[in-house]
Amino acid sequence: MIPAFIVFAYLGVILYIGIFAWRSAPPSQLRRFGGQGGAAAVEEYFLAGRSLGPAVFLLSLFGTNMTAFTILGSAGHAFANGVVTFGLMASSSAFVIPLTLFFIGTRLWALGKKHGFITPVQMFRDRWECGHIGTVIFALQAALLVPYIIIGVMGGGTALRAITGGLIPYAAGGALVALVVMGYVFFGGMRGTAWVNAFQTVLFLSFGAIALIVIGRSIGGFPEMIARLLDNPATTPLLSRERVSPWYFFSYTFIPLSTIAFPHIAIFCLTARRLAQFKRTVVFYPLCILAIWLPCVFLGVAANGMVSAPRIEAKLEAREALAAAPASMPAADRAALRRQAAGDDVIPIMLEWFAPLWLAGLLGAGIMAAVMASDSQILALSTMFTEDVFTYYGGTSRFGEAVQVQTGRAFVVVLTIVAYLIALRAPQSIFDLAVQYAFSGYAALSPLLIAALFWKRSTKWGAFAVTAWVAGAVIYTARVPGALAWFGLLPVVPMTIISCALMVIVSLVTPQPSSRTLARYGW
Amino acid sequence: MRGETLVGPTARLGWFIAITALYLLHQDIWLWRQPRPLVFGFLPPALAYHGGYCIAVALLMWGLTRFAWPSHLEQREDR
Repeated sequence: MIPAFIVFAYLGVILYIGIFAWRSAPPSQLRRFGGQGGAAAVEEYFLAGRSLGPAVFLLSLFGTNMTAFTILGSAGHAFANGVVTFGLMASSSAFVIPLTLFFIGTRLWALGKKHGFITPVQMFRDRWECGHIGTVIFALQAALLVPYIIIGVMGGGTALRAITGGLIPYAAGGALVALVVMGYVFFGGMRGTAWVNAFQTVLFLSFGAIALIVIGRSIGGFPEMIARLLDNPATTPLLSRERVSPWYFFSYTFIPLSTIAFPHIAIFCLTARRLAQFKRTVVFYPLCILAIWLPCVFLGVAANGMVSAPRIEAKLEAREALAAAPASMPAADRAALRRQAAGDDVIPIMLEWFAPLWLAGLLGAGIMAAVMASDSQILALSTMFTEDVFTYYGGTSRFGEAVQVQTGRAFVVVLTIVAYLIALRAPQSIFDLAVQYAFSGYAALSPLLIAALFWKRSTKWGAFAVTAWVAGAVIYTARVPGALAWFGLLPVVPMTIISCALMVIVSLVTPQPSSRTLARYGW
Repeated sequence: MRGETLVGPTARLGWFIAITALYLLHQDIWLWRQPRPLVFGFLPPALAYHGGYCIAVALLMWGLTRFAWPSHLEQREDR
């Protein structure tokens, strides 16, 4: 029960941090806000008053991007596929994400500060002189974001059930996690969410290194373990990339383009107090990825040699049975073997087998930190709804800014309850898939930001064409397996290239925004 | 946003080449099928390479923030 107590203590700590994070606001911000409503209150709730300091900005931005996949999924993927996992997902992100923050994030920040934007859609509407096309972009962004929130609730329920040994059932665990997240997002807004994410990132960063050291010591060092993998013809391919095509590997460099197009990341770029805060963030971002992903991927690969742990040995036997299975094997049996061979829980198993109890508790907190990444998405959807729909269609001018903030809070509650109810009824596999399609969808939406910020000639019809194409392509690839996977590439590559082409072609044949608007953007 | 950068055309070309080169270096096909030699006695070469790649990206980003920082974006706001 020690791990369960540590996890409960962790939930209490983040609830406290989230709710009382407002105390960290600069005195000038508190005076402006004063709890009395007004535009300052709106900016305080949704953007932390554009006043986050450098450390919180870096740690929170990084933590916002880390999900359950970072710790559990990366090790599981590496367990099955080997060292290729790091190049596919970690180093490609380490390259693309800081560059997009440098070139796009800084400009979003400057425009947000200059024109008072709170969401990307506000900027699109202003930049391209459009109204309802902005609403279409909002609808697509929101639809692609919802699966993340549901996955977060599901992950919370599953993790708590596992950590407490079944004492807390899935439904109660999901409810508890949803309540905690809802609590600090409701009361703390962006500032609370940012501080919680910063705290979680510190936990992530400590976790990887500690797990690596403790497990390494317990098994008598990694060199012997890796040498055994090298000597075994069945495991040698895990130490190179011979099972993966270079084109498939290349495709993965397109996926991180999704990061800056995610509304919660784009909105987060507006929270920095000064532009200079992006400096440390873009420099340290690749190092943070290295610090978290390298231990997780390495441990996932090394797990293939840890046959002294019975549950890992069972996984390896299931994998062998799956490889030797005849074509006539019933689908249900094949699925059962696949589930048994899956490596998403190899790190918990290794820690349970090789590490002391207190570390297993820390791991539980780390897992909870990972699965609770849905807070930023909930807040982003709430921000988008209140700004892009409620305010745009006259809500704020009719009812005032105080009602706008209350609407945002009410939206947080409603969204969390809906996500929880869906999580109780729907199978997780559906939403796991939806999240994969959402990554491709957001990557293919990134040309919207690039065109709005860097191409004077871009138009609202170009933006509409991109949005319609991405919506259609996501639905098509979800319904037709293998669709758009041309020349062995992932669908995200043609989706993004066609988005760029549509933006250029349609913009060139449609009228550009007025010279007055262009002048406001420096053209 | 016109006139975004204070970097001259030659330096801009230099940064473009540096970024493109680093992007291409991600595709390390020369290490594709090599499980040996282990770096530090336990790291497979592909893992060590991409770990080093992350450090190289951090250095590139440091250079960009040091020599190509769009500080005028903040100055514009301060005015």
